Amino acid sequence: MKKMTRYVMADILRNRIVIAYMLFLMVISFSIFSLEDNTSKGLLSLLNIVLLIVPLVSLIFSTIYVYNSAEFIELLVSQPVKRKVIWTSLFCGLAVALCLAFIVGVGIPVLIYAPGVTGWIMMACGCLLSAVFVSLALWGAVKIRDKAKGIGLAIMIWLLFTLLFDGLILWLLFQFADYPIENGMVAVISLNPVDLCRIFMLLFLDMSALMGYTGAVFKQFFGSVLGMIVSCMIMVLWVIIPFLLSLRIFNRKDL
Amino acid sequence: MRCLLLICLLMVGTAHAHTIRVGKGQRITSIHRAISMAVKGDTVLVDKGTYKEGNIIVDKPIVLKGLNQPILDGEGKHEIISVKSPYVVIEGFLVKHSGYSSVTDIAGIKIYNTHHVTVINNTLDNNFFGIYAQGAKHCTITDNHLTAYSRATELSGNGIHCWKSDSMTISGNRVSGHRDGIYFEFVTHSLIEKNISASNNRYGLHFMFSHNNTYKSNTFRKNGAGVAVMFTRNVTMLDNLFEENWGDAAYGILLKEISDSRIEHNRFVNNTTAIYMEGASRINVSRNAFTGNGWALKIQASCMDNHVSNNNFTGNTFDVATNGSLVLNVFNGNYWDKYEGYDLNRDRKGDVPYHPVSMYAMIIERYPPSMLLFRSFMVTLLEKAERVIPSLTPEALKDDAPLMKPIVL
Amino acid sequence: MITVDAVSKSFGKLKALDNISITCRSGECIALTGPNGSGKTTLIKSILGMIVPDSGKILVNGEDVAGGWKYREGIGYMPQIGRYPDNMTIGQVLDMIKDMRQTPAARLDEELIRAFKIPSLLHKRMGTLSGGTRQKVSACLAFLFQPDVLILDEPTAGLDPVSTEILKEKIVRETDKGKLILITSHVLSDLEELVSEVIYMQDGKLCFHKQIERLLSDTKEERLGRAIAKVMSGI
Repeated sequence: MKKMTRYVMADILRNRIVIAYMLFLMVISFSIFSLEDNTSKGLLSLLNIVLLIVPLVSLIFSTIYVYNSAEFIELLVSQPVKRKVIWTSLFCGLAVALCLAFIVGVGIPVLIYAPGVTGWIMMACGCLLSAVFVSLALWGAVKIRDKAKGIGLAIMIWLLFTLLFDGLILWLLFQFADYPIENGMVAVISLNPVDLCRIFMLLFLDMSALMGYTGAVFKQFFGSVLGMIVSCMIMVLWVIIPFLLSLRIFNRKDL
Repeated sequence: MRCLLLICLLMVGTAHAHTIRVGKGQRITSIHRAISMAVKGDTVLVDKGTYKEGNIIVDKPIVLKGLNQPILDGEGKHEIISVKSPYVVIEGFLVKHSGYSSVTDIAGIKIYNTHHVTVINNTLDNNFFGIYAQGAKHCTITDNHLTAYSRATELSGNGIHCWKSDSMTISGNRVSGHRDGIYFEFVTHSLIEKNISASNNRYGLHFMFSHNNTYKSNTFRKNGAGVAVMFTRNVTMLDNLFEENWGDAAYGILLKEISDSRIEHNRFVNNTTAIYMEGASRINVSRNAFTGNGWALKIQASCMDNHVSNNNFTGNTFDVATNGSLVLNVFNGNYWDKYEGYDLNRDRKGDVPYHPVSMYAMIIERYPPSMLLFRSFMVTLLEKAERVIPSLTPEALKDDAPLMKPIVL
Repeated sequence: MITVDAVSKSFGKLKALDNISITCRSGECIALTGPNGSGKTTLIKSILGMIVPDSGKILVNGEDVAGGWKYREGIGYMPQIGRYPDNMTIGQVLDMIKDMRQTPAARLDEELIRAFKIPSLLHKRMGTLSGGTRQKVSACLAFLFQPDVLILDEPTAGLDPVSTEILKEKIVRETDKGKLILITSHVLSDLEELVSEVIYMQDGKLCFHKQIERLLSDTKEERLGRAIAKVMSGI
């Protein structure tokens, strides 16, 4: 399986889109940091971009890659290899390649301009997000046969996690403003990997403001060791569950 | 010539005063005894050692001075030094383990209804109240180091506590671990200078009904609820540092019913809320630096005629928040790092006004849990929309002449 | 040796395979033929495990296809349209499949690779290749590991006449070695000289499965195409 992952990865890393993605991230990061003399402000601007771009590119690229590799996957399936191995290699290859692109594209500027814990957290968040959305993309692509519909689904997933979900949360907040819903909201919001990453970064970047409201809720949950573990678990589950679902479908799929 | 005369007079004065030595190896081993022997103007000099003499009452104008920090131990039962005479100097002791009571305010050193008392260079360790002045005038409390350890607010007293006092000088003290670091009630015409009040359970500085006082070059750091001052006029606060006061109800400084005051040249760094104003009026907030705070200013609608000018606002999550749409305060000529305007006529002031209240600050004010969504894509979109068509933010709350570059303070 | 036992498969309303039962023995070269959409490719893919039948059972060399994967070590497959990752070179694709199969170098059959002059193209990226060259690569991969069973889906489509001849000769040699070769094609003239048996499918059903001599003698025709046409019109 390692070998296959390596082949898939080597293929993706040579893909022009991944290289463009890496360069794009790098240009954005460098320009943000050189325009912004305050590094934590720079990190914040970068955070906004990371939270938008990483899920989008991971989703769309992985989806298209899976569709375009249909025949290649067929070829692999006709070889004496378990389907599980093929699919897992595909996932690992995509996830590792996109993580690498992210680490190079964002990591180098961050290491140069804003080294420190916050930078590392951002790296970790970016990589986890890449993995989560590759996993979701695989699920969508294996579930839907039609390429155009599949890409449509990917875009919907992206909108859901970056926009609609937050809109729903805000709406709920307004609707139930008179009730003690803080804990419930924390629970609901941690279901969204994008929000989870954002809140983690805020814990480091907007500490003072967060302490205002969250002395009670935020810090208590996300700042505690238990909160960290739970959050990490949720992220990992977001990687594993869609992947396992997609694997189940792939194992029975007619190619 | 006059100088020489003065020196001669002084020498005559000291020639009259006696020094009484107290210590293990000395003739007199008890401070009580030494004080009872002393007369006006004498010095009681106490050698190094531990003295467990219960309550020491100083009722005549003498100097009580420790050599190499002798320890006065209250054994957890007593008020250690009670000053009941004017012109007393207490210097150089380690005062520890005062009694504790929920009925009376037991202190390490307490000054009762007198004047011209000096408490200097003492260390107060693990006392209920630290230095307590009631009905005192013209007293000086300088260079003392106060530490207490109780976690619970109700089990700890204040560090430096003054009640119904006037013309006090409180300078160079360090207070930590008490309930309130410095507490004033009905204290007037006093100077509070160069003190460091940090890590106290409740407030670093807390006063009410204490008019005409000046607070200068103090540091208030990491106090449970920051600094809170109330019901006072003519407060002058200069060159203080308010730092890392974190929590839902913690403020760099909370101003409640404060009027005709100046807050100038202070630094507010990494506080949850740097300044919170409620019912405050005619306050001049200028030439302060607000850096890395959650909210730099929270001005409630009950405030009026306050001037916020020539301050630097940098790296704050929110610059200004308010709970109403009525704006009776003036913002002018501040530097805001979030300002995105331009300066075509090169007068160093932006050509378009800056609106320091962001829409999301208003939303959070109304629905605190929405902080959860701060900096999400959706909120960013909403903010942009609000910029174009303002609907929630008070239109009149603006800085017409925002500076392009920070002020050098 | 392939045994297909009562296999059915539908895609929605379409019955792609309707209760098919076939037995293919080693040493035979079998033409799987029929009009477009008759279920040839579906049958092949079912044998390869790429399509999971709704019912029935397929055994390859005695091993059940359902859920198995090891049996594919004994199969060489040449797809109808071979598409590969665009950014990999021919060399890398060959290496990758070799890597996966783990066959010792001595047991590799590189005859076709040499015949198609692949070594001079090893550094070319798959994305830049013509359809014909890709077919050649597919063919090389199918024969490379000396499998007992070869499944070739429209092998001559897109190949130039010279290469077609090379491939045909190879097929004959492998049949003589006692291997089972299953070829789908609807260009019957191409297959005539190679095959020993014909399976004809239509609308997902098996029409007949006969040895070619019997088919010709039964129909009293000399050419395969006409023989089939005659059989079909008789039905």
